[in-house]
Amino acid sequence: MSHSNSFARQDAIFARVTQFFALIVLATLVGIIATLVIGSWQTLTQTGPKFFVSDVWDPVRSLFGGMAPLWGTLITATIALIVGVPLSFGIAIFLTEMCPPALKRPLGTAVELLAAIPSIIYGMWGLFILTPLIASIQPTLTATLGKIPLIGVIFQGPPMGIGVLTAGLILSVMVIPFIAAVMRDVFDTTPAILKESAYGLGATTWEVVWNVVLPYTKTGVIGGIMLGLGRALGETMAVTFVIGNAYNISMKLFEPGNSIASSLANEFNEASDPAHLSALITLGLTLFALSFVVLALSRWLLSSLTAKEGKRT
Amino acid sequence: MRMTKKLLTGFAAATAAAISMSAAAQTITGAGATFPFPIYAKWADEYKKTTNVSMNYQSIGSGGGIKQIQSKTVDFGASDMPMKAEDLAKDGLIQFPAIIGGVVPVTNMDSVKPGEMKLTGPVLADIYLGKIKNWNDKAITDLNPGLKLDGPITVVRRSDGSGTTFLFVDYLSKISPEWKTKVGVGTAVSWPEGVGGKGNEGVAQYVQRIKGSIGYVEYAYAKKNKLDHIQLKNRDGQFVQPDDTTFAAASAGADWKGTPGMGVILTDQAGAKSWPMTGASFILMHKSQAKPEAGKEVIKFFDWALKNGQKSAAELDYVPLPPATVSLIQAEWKKITDASGKAIY
Repeated sequence: MSHSNSFARQDAIFARVTQFFALIVLATLVGIIATLVIGSWQTLTQTGPKFFVSDVWDPVRSLFGGMAPLWGTLITATIALIVGVPLSFGIAIFLTEMCPPALKRPLGTAVELLAAIPSIIYGMWGLFILTPLIASIQPTLTATLGKIPLIGVIFQGPPMGIGVLTAGLILSVMVIPFIAAVMRDVFDTTPAILKESAYGLGATTWEVVWNVVLPYTKTGVIGGIMLGLGRALGETMAVTFVIGNAYNISMKLFEPGNSIASSLANEFNEASDPAHLSALITLGLTLFALSFVVLALSRWLLSSLTAKEGKRT
Repeated sequence: MRMTKKLLTGFAAATAAAISMSAAAQTITGAGATFPFPIYAKWADEYKKTTNVSMNYQSIGSGGGIKQIQSKTVDFGASDMPMKAEDLAKDGLIQFPAIIGGVVPVTNMDSVKPGEMKLTGPVLADIYLGKIKNWNDKAITDLNPGLKLDGPITVVRRSDGSGTTFLFVDYLSKISPEWKTKVGVGTAVSWPEGVGGKGNEGVAQYVQRIKGSIGYVEYAYAKKNKLDHIQLKNRDGQFVQPDDTTFAAASAGADWKGTPGMGVILTDQAGAKSWPMTGASFILMHKSQAKPEAGKEVIKFFDWALKNGQKSAAELDYVPLPPATVSLIQAEWKKITDASGKAIY
């Protein structure tokens, strides 16, 4: 009797303690949002929505517009996904469908280890290895792909290897382990009986992956891509090393650009003018909102997919 | 068991010793400019050996240094951009110079040896304005008849706010009216052109990586990374090489006494041997010290450094302040008081 009583009390205490921990997370989140909003109040009230469409960033005249870093953030993240998603998809298919068992573990671990490399190392690698490499192939790209009408402009710019494209490529390497690991894990959850049935009907590996595995696991796949996107949006050090840090809006991928995270890393220490500081915090708030929208969108997308699935069966 | 006990007593004794030592040893804290960090760190090391007082300096940047001293989280702040007299008065701060150094344009051209290329202020401004885009531009080749110059110019500058940038753009503003109206002066500006590297190291890295690039760094970084510096034409029309003699020449004519807050900017100074991008780095302290003991230790440190730190300054290619300026600074220290208004030093 007394035993069960003390157990009940222990349980109650345990529940309170864990509840407290969970509430700390919520309080931190609310606290961070409040700090960002208070910090960016000056910009939001004085510059207003114009902040997001102005590309002027002039600390001397105290004029700040956030469009250039916002543009750079979106472009680099897009490049990262365009390059990273197909690669990750290939890695995951190979690991789950075609890989000889002896190779499966070492390869899988290698992909996961990519995620363990600190981002500053990616930055250094980007500056020392990737930058000269890109610089050496850039003139060829400009001379060939740069001549294509309309989209050719993408491949123009000074051949120095530093710029938006290099930053996007570094990011793509950084998001691969996240996306590939999630894809591999969810592909593995496909019931063997479904795949065997498809193979039994004479389907090729590609047909099995495209028509059976992918529809079965799309929730997880989109989740993995969103995880990668989240990392690409917020990555700071690696991008700062190679993006060129210029407030520049250009379709040319070889031009130097800027991202929100790298602007913050570069300028936060030295921003003594309140308007400058407020503009930087507004950028931070924007990045926060952007990540929030990405997550919300993926949730909404996933829930609508599940709803459709329900109707079909 | 006895062993454990012995170890424990030993440990306790060691801890007690450590605590009593840290109680005895004074620590002064400062934060700010990155430009003078190497010399402050060296002075701090030598000072600790002679006096057992340690000086903890965080090189967070001039803007950060000003913010920290305003909020009184450090005993002194440091800035490469002198604060204006009215701002000093508003915050109740005293300002004095501590060391002099130079900013040096550096290039990466295969065909050019260090110190060979000659540029003038207006040409440098036009390169940074994006008006001169190729090394074979007539403005550059006319100055360098013997050199083979060709290829696009990549402009490299700082991406973060910096006192080094301040000296560089302050000089360009003095020499080019277009720079003054279009870009202006500050520790960070709206650059019309180029890629940004973070810190002196970042700029040095980019210049080393990109062929045909031009950047600017604090002199010690140019020397350490073996970058190709250039010659600049100074106010007297002479081409000069950057080194401690030309930095010293630029500071020779400075009017420390007549400038409020000793905020002399040493760019574009007269003198046949003056390096045009020379600058002093400044120390900021509160006029009325809430903790007079700590304030006194800061003054003692800089008093020692200004009298005994010349040799290490020269080793690191900084220029120590001349004795006449040091006595001016010592007079300035008399204005620093405790809460009751009594001078603390």
